[in-house]
This record gives sequence, C-alpha cells and structure tokens, in this order.
Amino acid sequence: MDEQRLDGNAAAGILQEVFAFEITTARAACVQCGATGEVGAQMAYVTEIGTVLRCSSCDNPLIRIVRQNETPQRYWLDLKGINYLQLQ
Amino acid sequence: MAGTVRRLTWQVGEVVEASPQTPRTKSLFLELPEWPGHRAGQHVDVRLTAEDGYQAERSYSIASAPESGRLELVVERLDDGEVSPYLADELHEGDGLELRGPIGGWFAWDAKEGGPLLLVAGGSGIAPLMAMARHRKAAGSDTPVRLLYSSRSYAEIIFRQELETLAADDETLEVIQTLTRSRPEGWRGYDRRIDGEMLREVAYPPEEHPLAFVCGPTPLVETVATALVDLGHDPNRVKTERFGPTGG
Repeated sequence: MDEQRLDGNAAAGILQEVFAFEITTARAACVQCGATGEVGAQMAYVTEIGTVLRCSSCDNPLIRIVRQNETPQRYWLDLKGINYLQLQ
Repeated sequence: MAGTVRRLTWQVGEVVEASPQTPRTKSLFLELPEWPGHRAGQHVDVRLTAEDGYQAERSYSIASAPESGRLELVVERLDDGEVSPYLADELHEGDGLELRGPIGGWFAWDAKEGGPLLLVAGGSGIAPLMAMARHRKAAGSDTPVRLLYSSRSYAEIIFRQELETLAADDETLEVIQTLTRSRPEGWRGYDRRIDGEMLREVAYPPEEHPLAFVCGPTPLVETVATALVDLGHDPNRVKTERFGPTGG
C-alpha cells in the first residue's frame, strides 16, 4: 500500500475527527526518548486505512489511528507511544 | 488556537470560478454554505466519491487570504494522480466539491505574530504562503517578508503577476525566484535548485529569529529545513509542509 511520509499537519484531518481541540498545536511527549513537541512538528505516515504519527526525534510511533468506514464508523486510537498530550 | 471545539464535518462547496494559472495548474474558487473562517496556511481535505462508493481524500492548502470571501485552492494536474486530474480537468463552474476544513493550526501565520517572515516554496507549495502574503497585505502588516520561490520554468511560476505586483508596491516584501529547468533570455533570478548557499544569501540572519514556513515537494522541503538548521536557525521556528513525493 502506498504510504506517504508527511508532516504531522497531514494527520490533522483524521485526528480532528476524534479530538475536539486543535490537535496540530497540541504538544506530545514521546515515551521512548522523552522529546516533546507539537503534533504538527512530528512526522505523519499516511495511508488509506490510517495514519501513524512518529516522533521527529527518534521515530517512535506516538499515535496510531485507524478508521473503519463501514457503518457504524469506528476508530482505533493507539496512544501508547506518548506520555501525555498537552492541549490548549 | 484555544477553544477550537468543533468536529470536522464534510460539506459541498460550489465552484464559482475555475481559472488556469499555468499549463499544469488551475485555481478553483469555491463558495461554501458554512465557513467558520480560516487562518493563512491552513488546508482543507477534499473528498471524491466514485459511483461504486469508492472514496479518495486529498489535502489542499488554502491560497486565499482569510479576508477573502471565496476559498481559493490551487490544483496541479498529476497525470498518474487519482484526484488531481478530476479537479484540474473535469471540474467546472457550477459543480459541487465535497470538502471539510479549515484544518491544521500549526502551519499557520497571523499578522499579529510578526516576523520577520521567511517563506520558501516549490511549485504549487506556493499556495499556503500566498495566503500568508495576501493576509499580510489585507491586514496592513509591515512585517518584513522574503519569499524564495522555486519553479521549473518561467511559464510555471504560479501567481507570477500578483507576486510582482505585491513586491513592487511594498518595500518590506521581497520575492526571489529561482528557475530550475529553463530560463528566459536575460533572467536575473537564480538558476538552480534551492541549496544552503542560496538560503545563506536570501534568508534573514539567524540572529533576527525569522519565522520560516517551507512548503513544496518533500525533497525540497527536507533540503531547505536541514539547510536552515545548519545555518543556525531555530528548528522550532522552521515549519514545514511536505506535499509528498507525488501528491495525487
């Protein structure tokens, strides 16, 4: 499957479907290397079925989100790569 | 941006104008039933649905200023693309287009944030940076701006006339062009791909703490971002928007 390595900004569409906050300026802390940074400054790997946000410092997967488009629409949101998300 | 408590919803906009920009690009102007307003630099997701229900989504940067009444998107025809040939060739005035947005507050600039502003674009990566330049003008801002723009040829410079006019009317806005494949006779801009040396000449010195926005094909964006950091710019003030290797 085609996968595109893009900026965290490219994950904003699908993440904004589940978060009611501006997500690209939220700060995420990586569980692996401890780096913190805005979601928009991380790397997004985007495919048709879902998106993986990786730490721009160590490449650890921070957030994985998969969407099932059949009705009812479902999301799988895996946040175990982050220690916290700081939302404004 | 604080307090953006709004779920993204799809809506159908109407194409009120479709006008060619360059041989491979077109500007689509849209009117939307519900538009909460956007910030310069944000994008929309566009969704096409085939008769069998198959859907394809792509992101397009908004080129119009927040102050404009219509939403302008720049679409570039990629011959093996899934979405862009439809947008560039099949979509006409009066047609509907499903989209949602605005999306992404990170790659965005408000005039009140100041600068100086370093904008670096490759090809259709000019779109969100054009929104910033237009917003700056509409807001009456005198934030110094340098825009370094790489195109393949003179005919492929998107917004060429408007950029010339913007720069001619404003001493604090400089537009520096480079053409990578062919140049017209007497061309006075750069004649190669953007590199560290070019950025050293064009960018504000790191001591001035410029805010940089870089948008275009992935190789260009990575070259520019790496070179800026090597020149001593603060990585936290270099914001990037990769279009990917092909877009689509």
